[in-house]
Amino acid sequence: MTQSTNIKVLLAKIGLDGHDRGIKVIARAMRDAGMEVVYMGMRVTPDQVAQTALQEDVDVVGISILSGAHMRLIPRLTKALQEREISDDILLIVGGTIPEDDVEPLHEIGVQGVFPVGSFTTSMTKFITENISRGRSAPQA
Amino acid sequence: MIGMPLFIEQSDLMSDDTNGKPNRSLSGLEVKPVYTPDDLANTDFARDLGQPGEFPFTRGPYPNMYLGRLWTRRQIAGFGTAQATNERYRFLLDHGQNGISTDFDHPTLTGYDSDHELAEGEVGRLGVAIDSVRDMDDLFLDIPLDKVSVSLTINHPAIVLMGMFLSVSEKRGVDWKDLRGTVQNDSLKEFHGQKTFALGPGPSLKLTTDIVEFCTKQVPNWYTISISGYHIRESGSDAIQELAFTIAQGMAYVESALERGLPVDSFAPRLSFFFGCHNDVFEEVAKFRAARRMWARIMKERYNAQKPESMRLRFHTQTLGSTLMRQDPQNNIARGTLQALAAVLGGTQSLHVSGFDEAFDIPSEEAMRMSLATQLILSHESGVTNTVDPMAGSYFMESMTNDIEEAAWEYISKIEALGEGQYPMKSGMLHAIDTGYIELEIARSAYEYQLKIESGEQVVVGLNQYQSESNQKLELFQFDPEEEEWQKARLAETRSGRSPADVKSALASLKQDAQDDKNLMPSVLKAVGVMATEGEILDTMRDVYGEYVDPGVF
Repeated sequence: MTQSTNIKVLLAKIGLDGHDRGIKVIARAMRDAGMEVVYMGMRVTPDQVAQTALQEDVDVVGISILSGAHMRLIPRLTKALQEREISDDILLIVGGTIPEDDVEPLHEIGVQGVFPVGSFTTSMTKFITENISRGRSAPQA
Repeated sequence: MIGMPLFIEQSDLMSDDTNGKPNRSLSGLEVKPVYTPDDLANTDFARDLGQPGEFPFTRGPYPNMYLGRLWTRRQIAGFGTAQATNERYRFLLDHGQNGISTDFDHPTLTGYDSDHELAEGEVGRLGVAIDSVRDMDDLFLDIPLDKVSVSLTINHPAIVLMGMFLSVSEKRGVDWKDLRGTVQNDSLKEFHGQKTFALGPGPSLKLTTDIVEFCTKQVPNWYTISISGYHIRESGSDAIQELAFTIAQGMAYVESALERGLPVDSFAPRLSFFFGCHNDVFEEVAKFRAARRMWARIMKERYNAQKPESMRLRFHTQTLGSTLMRQDPQNNIARGTLQALAAVLGGTQSLHVSGFDEAFDIPSEEAMRMSLATQLILSHESGVTNTVDPMAGSYFMESMTNDIEEAAWEYISKIEALGEGQYPMKSGMLHAIDTGYIELEIARSAYEYQLKIESGEQVVVGLNQYQSESNQKLELFQFDPEEEEWQKARLAETRSGRSPADVKSALASLKQDAQDDKNLMPSVLKAVGVMATEGEILDTMRDVYGEYVDPGVF
C-alpha cells in the first residue's frame, strides 16, 4: 500500500454550486492524513481541473457537487482528463448529493469512488491509499 | 412487529465513564446536571428579560406573540422554469402556506444568464431560473402581490431581482407602498456562508445599502435585508458563531446605512433576521432569546435608536438541511420536528421545515406536505402556543441565554478590534472577510464536528449508531432536464424581441452611475424595463467593480 504522505490530491468544485462545507472538511482530513492537498476553490471548469491536474502531477482528483449537475459536468471532466492522456494515472473520486441510481453510471465513465453526503472522511482516505495506481517517490517493497 | 427496523446490537445505557467531564451543548457550552437560583444571581429579570414586547425584547418582539398571530408558514420553493415554480407556489398556498419564499437557481444567484458556460447543468436545478423581467412576471402569475408576502432569496444580484419585482408590481398597478415582503440582500454572508457571490465585499455592501436607501424611501413596508445566520450554520458553524457573525453583519449594515446619511429609525425597523435551527433544543432557544436581547441593546445603546421597532429583532427560521441524513430518511421528520419546536419556543416569526428527503435532492411534494403538517401539528396540537415565552424563568434556560450571549460577544469584539474609525464594525467585517478569519473559523468548527461524528463522540442515529437494516426507496423529486433548453430558448426569444439600442443605452447609464458611485436602483429599474437580462446587468457591474474569485481557503 502506498503511504498517504506520498499522495498529492487536487480538490475542486466545478459549476456554480456554492456548497463547499464538505470539500473543505475533506481537504483538512486529507491534509491531516499526510496527503498534499491542492484546493482550487469553487466555480472552476472541467478543463481547468484537468489542466491543473496535469501541471501539478497529482495522483487523485476529488470533485464535490451538491447541485445535482454531476451527470452533466463529470462526463466533461473525464473527457478533459482523457484528452490530456492522464485519466489512467489519476484516481477520480466524486462526492456530494449523488442519488443511488447515478453511482453505477459514474463508475462506467471512469469515476472510481463515489462518496455521497454523510460519507466519512476516513472512508475516503482509506479508499485513496488502497486504490492509488502508482507509488510516487515511495520505493516499491 | 412487521416493518419494525432491526437495530444492530446497542446498549442504551449512558456511558458512566465521563471522567468527571461536564456535559456540553452542541456548541461546546458547559451544561451542569442541575441549575438553581444561584445560577441567576447576576440576572435582573426586569433589566435582562422585561415583558414580552418590551425592551430588551428577550421574551419576544410582541406582547401577545402567538396568542395574537401564529408564525407564518413559509416553505421555500423554486425549481425549473418560472411556470413550474408558480405551480408549486399555488400548490403550497392551497395546502396551508401563507407566504411565498423563492429559491433561485445557481446561475440566477451568481448573476449569470441561463446560456452562460458556467450555467450548464444548473439551470433551474436547485431553484427557479430567472433571466429577465418576463420570467419574474411568470413566477407570480395569478398571485396578488399586495396580499401575499413574498421573500426573494437573492443577495449579490438582489438589486436586479428587486428591480424586476418592482417593475412587475408597477405593471400590475400595485402600489409599491402596499408591497410586503423581504429581499435577503445579505451580501456579506456570501463570503463565508452561502458562497453565491458575484462581487467583492465592498461593492456588494454598497449595493445592499442602495436597496436599503431606495426602499426606505419608496417601498416603506418592505424588509430590506434578511440578516442571515442560516447559511453560516449550514456551512458548519456552531450556534455561538452563527449568533455572533449574524449580529456582526447586522451591525455592519447599520453602520453602512448611517454612513450613507440615513437616520437609524428610518431604516432599522425594516431589517429582519434569518437563523437556522439545529437539534440541541435548549441551546437553540437560548440563541434566539440572546439574539433579541443583544440586538435591542446594540440598537438602543450603540446606535441611539429611539423607536422600539428599531430595537426588536424579528426572524425567520429554517430547520437545517445539513442535519438531514440519507440513512433512514424518515428519521429526519423527527429531527425537523425538534428543530421546529425549538424555533417556536424561541419565538420565530416565520418558519420553514426542511423536507425529510433533502439529503437526496430538492424536496418532493410529499416531503413539503409533511413539513407543513409538522408546522400545523405544532400550531394546533402541541399546546406550545398557549402562552408567551414558555421557557422564561427556567434557571437553565436563562443561564444558557446568558452564556451564549457572552460567548458571542467575544467574537464580535474581535471583529470590532479589526476595524477602525467611526464605523468599526463595517470596516472590521470587511477586514475579517478579506483575511478569511470568519471562513476559517467556520471551517474549523465544521471539521471538528465531523471528527466528533466519525469518532462516535457525537451520536447521529442511523449514521454512526443504531443503524437500521431497512432500506426504503423514496419517491424523489424528478427534475425535467428539458427545462434548461426551454429556458435558454425563452432567453433567446427575450433577446430578439427587444430594442438593442434601448438595452445598450440603459446599460451604459448603469455603468456611468456605478462609476459615479450613485445609488444604482433607478438605473437598474430602467435596464430591467427594457428587458436587459440579469447576466447583462451583472456583467456591467463586474466590469466596474471586478469579479470576486473564491480564495479557496480551508
